Amino acid sequence: MRVIARRLFFYAVTAAIAVTIDFFIPRLIPGNPVQAILSKIQGQLPSKATIHALDLQFGVNTTASLWSQYTHYWNNVLHGNLGVSTMSYPDSVGSLIRAALPYTLGLVGVATLISFVLGTAIGAIVAWKRGSWLDNLLPVVTFFQAAPYFFLAFVAVNLFAIKLGWFPSERASNVADFPAFTWTYISDVLYHAILPALTIVIASAAGWIVGMRNVMVTTMDEDYVLIAAAKGLSKRRVIWYAARNAILPSVSGFSLAIGFIVSGSLLTEIVFSYPGLGNLLLQAVSNNDYQLMQGLFLIITFAVLAANLIADFVYVFLDPRTRQEA
Amino acid sequence: MALGIGTEPTAGSGAMPGGSLPGTARSRPRAVRLPRSPKILAGLAMLAFFLLWSIIGPFVAPYSPNNIGLNSPVPLPPSAAHWLGTTNIQQDVFSQLLVGGGAMLLVAVVAGVIATALSVIVGVTAGYLGGLADDLLSMLANIFLVMPALPLLVILFGFLGKSGSNDVFLIGFIISITGWAWGARVLRAQTLSLRNRDYVDSARIIGERAWRIIFAEILPNLTPIVASSFLFTVLYAVGTYSAMAFLGMVTLPPNWSWGSMLFQAATNNAELSGYWWWYIPPGLLIALLGTSLVLLNFGIDEFINPRLRAAGLSRRTGSRRQARALRSQQFALTPVLIEAAGAAATGPAPTGGSVRAGGPA
Repeated sequence: MRVIARRLFFYAVTAAIAVTIDFFIPRLIPGNPVQAILSKIQGQLPSKATIHALDLQFGVNTTASLWSQYTHYWNNVLHGNLGVSTMSYPDSVGSLIRAALPYTLGLVGVATLISFVLGTAIGAIVAWKRGSWLDNLLPVVTFFQAAPYFFLAFVAVNLFAIKLGWFPSERASNVADFPAFTWTYISDVLYHAILPALTIVIASAAGWIVGMRNVMVTTMDEDYVLIAAAKGLSKRRVIWYAARNAILPSVSGFSLAIGFIVSGSLLTEIVFSYPGLGNLLLQAVSNNDYQLMQGLFLIITFAVLAANLIADFVYVFLDPRTRQEA
Repeated sequence: MALGIGTEPTAGSGAMPGGSLPGTARSRPRAVRLPRSPKILAGLAMLAFFLLWSIIGPFVAPYSPNNIGLNSPVPLPPSAAHWLGTTNIQQDVFSQLLVGGGAMLLVAVVAGVIATALSVIVGVTAGYLGGLADDLLSMLANIFLVMPALPLLVILFGFLGKSGSNDVFLIGFIISITGWAWGARVLRAQTLSLRNRDYVDSARIIGERAWRIIFAEILPNLTPIVASSFLFTVLYAVGTYSAMAFLGMVTLPPNWSWGSMLFQAATNNAELSGYWWWYIPPGLLIALLGTSLVLLNFGIDEFINPRLRAAGLSRRTGSRRQARALRSQQFALTPVLIEAAGAAATGPAPTGGSVRAGGPA
């Protein structure tokens, strides 16, 4: 378990750096965020109290030392206090994020899982049948790998929601529904999630397919695969042996991929008006709600780190070599 | 934008171009054999098209992208006057497309150059020095790798405000800060494996200085990986810039890009109203530009690891059985990089099938 302990330490450091970045960006970037906000509040003259409140919020014109501001900031973060949203005052940033987080976690979590399983399976098969018609799949996959998520979302909405009318085009549930643990509500939420999830799966599976295929092609040339085949093991068994080893780089490459998937999914949410973190991010941007942006950065970073930790556990489970040294 | 993890050409996966005999590689200029692969050719052709598009585009645009006409309250479908229709305020979509390529490509190239420089510096230094420096630099790269870029860029750009989003070089620089880590990690792994090669050892023994070893012995052998990480970053920057524009963080009207066109299409619910001419063309162009970069990267991947290329084998040689025979021959030759070894004019090139297999895939 030394591997996990080391990773935990690494994630703790990364989380601390994320908090530090969050603290310093408003203070280091040229220009005064308070003035930037005041220039946006048009028509009404800001009172002294408003300016003072904003000063306090962003740590401008304060007599406190940078260090005491920093420790104060840490104290707030550790108590879950991410400030007040200027966009939907007086809601706290924390409450806005808490309301949106389950949607994003559910949507992105399930979609990522499906795309990983599906993508690696397809990648393994494409590699195994290399030289067959399946290779023609690769240019198509390349296209999906390069297409922005939100563009695919546009097409999905227009095709499946508007033209064919199979799925709802926006939101996570019907407006009339009241959140409750009833089958109607749950099935409605699932029904609304299908199309955005499908978009994310199609957009992100391409990366897994290519990654798995490339590693699998190399693995198939290993001697143990040849021996397995020579012993007369069933084809399925041989593929399984090769795939089990080829999957490791995909799992360890998870940290890179998850960042892209999360970014892409946030943008997909926007097209679907899905009430998750992505939409919150868009609203924060268009309303210049800096506190909300900062809070979102922290929460999304923590979520990604947690996902990485899970991937590490899976890796340790899959690869006995990592357990040996412990 | 989805990006594959690809095969990281780490120490484990073995093969690298001309790695074992750099002396010969340096004394006679290596013939560049890359353009033989159809993937590379297609990628280069598409990329040239996009370059041409964004250079000529602004001059041949029939209308100004900001031009507002008032003859219709809704977007008009393609017509003779507006080849790709109009937006909700009657701006010409085709003109916006023609104008929108330049800034994005410039941002992408700026980001690619800076990020590649950063990743070479960090990656090679970490791999060559080893020890504590390696630990710290690797940790730095890993931190940037796991930190989600989009929300970080949102706060960076958010606080920079309008002035920031107009400066192409500043945007490129900021994107590169979030995009250098992957390249650094791959380059570090490869440097690590090159460092202990015999020829590097002998250079060290005859007393060559560290910077000379790095520049003359190690860097030339990293070229394909540097190229691949450059393309990767350019692709990443295209996606990121489009995403920022899609979030409305790039000010319009001056900074037209395909991403901001999609932003406007989204805010006006073009996908719900079926104004396909408004959102399909810019999205398609981003996707195709990305495809060209991915294809080029594939080609380089195949150059680094020729086994990926054996895909075209069966069609070239006709029968499956023959292909399988060739493949089984490769079992014996696995760690040898046939094509690159040939390209570097080194020793007896094994007669494996993949010599011919620059074929279609």
